[in-house]
Amino acid sequence: MTGPTHIFDQPNAYIGRSVERPDAQRLVQGRGQYVDDLQLPRMVHAAFVRSPYAHAKITDIDTRAAEQAPGIIAVFRGSDFEDYVTPYVGTLTHLQGLRSPPQMPLAVDAVRWQGEPVVMVVAQNRALAEDACALVEIEFEPLEAVCDAETALEPNTPIIHSAYDNNRAWERLVDAGDVDTEFNRGDVTVVDHVFYFARHTGVTLEARASVVEFNPSDNTLIYHYSGQAPHMMQAILSKILSLPEENIRIIARDVGGSFGIKIHLYGDDLATAVAARILNRPVKYVADRNESFVSDIHARDHRVKGRMAVTSDGKITALEIDDLTGIGPYSMYPRSSGIECNQVLNLTGAPYAIDNYRAKGTIVFQNKNMMCQYRAVGHPIAMAVADGLLESAAHEIGMDVVEIRRRNLFKDNSYPTSSAAGMKFDDLSHQQALEKLVEFMDYDSLRKDQEAARQRGVYRGIGLVSMVEVTNPSPMFYGIGGAPISAQDGATVRLDASGALHVSSSITEQGQGTNTIIAQVAAGVFGVNIDRVKVTTGDTATTPYGGGTWASRGAGIGGEAVLLAANALKEQVLDVAGTILQCARESLSIDNGVVIDAQTGAERISLGELGRLVYYRGNELPSDVSPELVATRHYRVTDFPFVFTNGAMAAHVEVDQDTGFVKILDFWAVEDCGRVINPKLVDEQIRGGVVQGIGGAFYEECVYSEDGQMLNASMADYLVPMAAEMPDIHIAHIETPTKTSVLGAKGAGEAGTGGAPAALLNAVNDALRPLNASIYQMPMTPQRILKALGAV
Amino acid sequence: MSQSCDISLRVNGETVRERVPVRLNLVDFLRNSLGLTGSHVGCEHGVCGACTMEVDGTMVRGCLMLAVQADGSDITTIEGFGEHQRAVDLQAAFKRNNALQCGFCTPGMMASALEYIEAGGVADRSAIREHLSGNYCRCTGYQSIVDAVVEVIGERAAK
Repeated sequence: MTGPTHIFDQPNAYIGRSVERPDAQRLVQGRGQYVDDLQLPRMVHAAFVRSPYAHAKITDIDTRAAEQAPGIIAVFRGSDFEDYVTPYVGTLTHLQGLRSPPQMPLAVDAVRWQGEPVVMVVAQNRALAEDACALVEIEFEPLEAVCDAETALEPNTPIIHSAYDNNRAWERLVDAGDVDTEFNRGDVTVVDHVFYFARHTGVTLEARASVVEFNPSDNTLIYHYSGQAPHMMQAILSKILSLPEENIRIIARDVGGSFGIKIHLYGDDLATAVAARILNRPVKYVADRNESFVSDIHARDHRVKGRMAVTSDGKITALEIDDLTGIGPYSMYPRSSGIECNQVLNLTGAPYAIDNYRAKGTIVFQNKNMMCQYRAVGHPIAMAVADGLLESAAHEIGMDVVEIRRRNLFKDNSYPTSSAAGMKFDDLSHQQALEKLVEFMDYDSLRKDQEAARQRGVYRGIGLVSMVEVTNPSPMFYGIGGAPISAQDGATVRLDASGALHVSSSITEQGQGTNTIIAQVAAGVFGVNIDRVKVTTGDTATTPYGGGTWASRGAGIGGEAVLLAANALKEQVLDVAGTILQCARESLSIDNGVVIDAQTGAERISLGELGRLVYYRGNELPSDVSPELVATRHYRVTDFPFVFTNGAMAAHVEVDQDTGFVKILDFWAVEDCGRVINPKLVDEQIRGGVVQGIGGAFYEECVYSEDGQMLNASMADYLVPMAAEMPDIHIAHIETPTKTSVLGAKGAGEAGTGGAPAALLNAVNDALRPLNASIYQMPMTPQRILKALGAV
Repeated sequence: MSQSCDISLRVNGETVRERVPVRLNLVDFLRNSLGLTGSHVGCEHGVCGACTMEVDGTMVRGCLMLAVQADGSDITTIEGFGEHQRAVDLQAAFKRNNALQCGFCTPGMMASALEYIEAGGVADRSAIREHLSGNYCRCTGYQSIVDAVVEVIGERAAK
């Protein structure tokens, strides 16, 4: 698609400028509106009794004492919800063969992970609800827990769901070219490693939170939602609660971080909606931090056996991976828990021209908290495996790690093209990104420094990654699989009587700056000062229908819808202006809130005057003129399943061989996300993403005992990146706009999280290499590094 | 069951008299009883820093202090920092540097940053990082927050 590119170089074109976020002022003054800030008349508060066992039968639930406790409104068990809830199944038809049993909001006969909600207590306040939770007596008959994914399919392992013959949830095989022949050639060097990626989780600072109102007089439900996809929630609540979709309104105000954590349906949130419906009054539920750790989705937890064959001149001839992941006892609804493994298979080695590729993915059920899509789904695994093998191979054949990339990356003039796994690529710049990175980080000087440091007994390492990121997904991501998840987004742009623009959009804000870039695009394309643009997002009653913000799609898809709508409104306004001014509309344009003569720039009529004339004094217009000062447009990606971006990153680290601690000295990222709408916001997305990747690489792990107890479910025990340990992160851009839209923007939200772990793994191994040690397990904790060094 | 106690304190310059359950923590009291929802609850065990506020001149965790312990105290929350002149430059620097994304850590982060700046902290990036290392931010990666603090220290020094 090509379009009116002149919109990008008008004087007040805001696209490409680091505009400050107008909504930040509220937040720095403590005037945010998060779900837990909401107080409603007659609102009551929920708390949950959760399973202390990873796997057990429920033999008895005694709620009598709890029901008599002070301030108690209601106590619900799973069976109490059976008349109100249609069970839901977290599968997608395009992940052929993926299976998962139906779920209910609360456990009914058995519990299948520690933390699964069993009983809901509703009381006048949260403290009283928690008091009563302590009085609920549940008798469990413990069963053997299936925790280790590696033994989940063995014949003597208990089967979690009796309806199935084993614990397998899904498997997929990709087989392109002739892998076996290439590995068996005598003239190639083969490297193989087993990579372990720990379970970790999102740790959004604002925990999951729901306030649900039900009004029986008109059968309507309002869900105050801390999440990313309001229309998806509307559709799935309608289906599960058997309420007409139009009777459900989802409102998301400020959201205190999400990162994919808050885009799924959780039993406790659903129970909150059911309780509101039964009690006919607002119910609030906010997870506490312990509940977050044992019930927010976890992610990663992959074991990947990988091997790569390279020729002596550095050409990759074959790549093979075998990915195993455990997803907990169910596939999460509605996006399923199959996507991360699927992405690992799709994306491993995707930056490189590889003809022979085989990838096997196996997903098993286990008695741990559920796993699902979290920021950079699958990418950190795919990138670390491919680039970990590649740098290992480079050292085996004695080639520099930059040079081996030069010889294998897709050439910048080779697009459109496809990877061995069938991913379609266009408008990428791998070679340019790599060269820019090498220059940006001063690679040659760093190598010299590394050598000098080694002479002093200091072990520094340099690691790189070349990467792709899935952004701007088409309906091929979820819609094709039967999920009520929109891949298109809409924007309505309206000119008000005062000459201000109002934009409502179906994409959502969780701090990325969504509302800001919407205003930038609308103001620039239409021709008003950005101060005169107001934006509404996050409300199904007032925004066009659309998917929301996830999979790095907000700017690329939602932004394009705004561009199209603003452009359409501009045409409509110029039609009206032509009539009013009795001149050819083609002779007019709009600049800074004024209709001007396109040739001379002379002011003809202000938008305020035009608006007042149309709205208040229509009598002055010819009777056959019906001005429409509002336009709505929708946009979806049609040409490709996904719009890939690419980037190259590098880490510089120092490993203390006595303590196993790693200091990150520097980090560089070169990112090509197409047209950059707001450079500051993009940089900050990448920085935040890199730091989340650092978390996965060095700190974050949900540690489980053999019997399925999460052992570090508090912020004192689960390590997250804090300010003191983080490096400054240097960012550079390449802008290769995607041809799939006029705006040309691709996503940037997940690149850092997807790429950083690979660069860090390579950097640590580069530092350890002279010590004859290596590590392929994340997080790379001091203990694991000392173990790799043979010190413990 | 919990007993209750009468407390009297000053919050953002206003005198407040309330009867509170003795087990009620300070941040819940401010949020739920006084409607001061700017202080956020992130972990409820003193680790994340989202509820950082000033009590009698010291920055404390509102989740680790009981409301009854604040009897007789003078408390300033983000709402107080925001509406009085004490943090206007810091707010502007946070906006300019995009030192916030979702905004949930921001009230506590700004309180800790203000503590550093007002104590005469120098524009040393690692010292600032060390000082802010009790405040968790999942969004920014911290660099822009450090940038904002460095700028404010420079601006105040130039005055």
